[in-house]
Amino acid sequence: MILSISEFIERLFTGKNATASGTKVKQRLKFILAHDRAAITPQMFEEMRQEIMAVVSKYVELDQDSLEFRLESDNRYTALVANLPIRGIKAEEPELLQAEPLDIDAPLTMPNNGGNVG
Amino acid sequence: MSRSIVVTSGKGGVGKTTTSANLGMALAKLGRKVVLVDADFGLRNLDLLLGLENRVVYTALEVIARECKLDQALVKDKRQPNLSLLAAPQTRNKTAITAAHMKALVEVLSRHFDYVLVDCPAGIETGFHNAIAGAKEAIIVTTPEISAVRDADRVIGLLEANRIKDIKLIVNRLRPAMVKNNDMMSVEDILEILSIKLLGVIPEDEQVIVSTNKGEPLVLSEKLPLAGIAYENTAKRLEGMDIPLLDLNASSGSVLSRLQRWLTGKS
Repeated sequence: MILSISEFIERLFTGKNATASGTKVKQRLKFILAHDRAAITPQMFEEMRQEIMAVVSKYVELDQDSLEFRLESDNRYTALVANLPIRGIKAEEPELLQAEPLDIDAPLTMPNNGGNVG
Repeated sequence: MSRSIVVTSGKGGVGKTTTSANLGMALAKLGRKVVLVDADFGLRNLDLLLGLENRVVYTALEVIARECKLDQALVKDKRQPNLSLLAAPQTRNKTAITAAHMKALVEVLSRHFDYVLVDCPAGIETGFHNAIAGAKEAIIVTTPEISAVRDADRVIGLLEANRIKDIKLIVNRLRPAMVKNNDMMSVEDILEILSIKLLGVIPEDEQVIVSTNKGEPLVLSEKLPLAGIAYENTAKRLEGMDIPLLDLNASSGSVLSRLQRWLTGKS
């Protein structure tokens, strides 16, 4: 890790470092509040994750190892953030393509538009 | 225009009652007519912090039950005549009181006072809903701890759901040295997480306990301790005055920190 001179001086004098409990508590709070605000239980969240994954997997092949699926909270809004890397597109299946288009982030996402499927 | 403000926090022990007592007293000192309403039915404490416990004859319960007149139940503070207290009943028979009662009570008080400050009980059950019933604004008290901030967030959500939109935050019991070492959330951290307006920051101060022991709110002290100044400033901000936050690091404005500021070019 390379520190700039001013960062180094700041660290030297304030003793501030990212491993102190202040950083940790902020991360924990952000996570808890995202779930509190969405009023969603871990079980419901897991169910929703699996259902969404199942739907997406009908159309594309997902990279199972680098999936990201979480709630994020900022500025009193909560967003469902999903990052679902695609390995490949499944062969065309006519009856599936006629199904209604799925807007993955519609029900939970409010202004900050966190849902991205990439 | 009269303002009715509920002082609430969700979590207990963060300083709601201390804040109510000191803000009420500070506003009274600024010349406002203030009534403090203890809505913590069954576990009243506001009278103790104000040192008025011996003068409570009737409480909000008797007023609601029409067993006494409102002005018979109001205890006027002799040290600061602008301040009155409506105590909570100490009995457990608190189920008789409804949100509609509290709303009516606050409305009547609003006609006679510039400020109606309602000291809310901890928790988010009936007592909370009763306490917020008549309020148009809210002050959230939190401390820089994970549980207090979480509960504050929950309460903000409940207040918004109950159409109280004007919500301001007081961060209580801040320890500047711990914040400096990044072992305590800073005020900025808490504001970022809760996303509400800041009304004041009160440093941790032993004098708070001393003043509680004496039944004399900090802001009545002849020589104001740091927390007392912070409460006065908070009251002034509530009045719409533009008062900058106290520099809580001032006491540690050592040669080192000045050298650091000089080196990093930060003012």
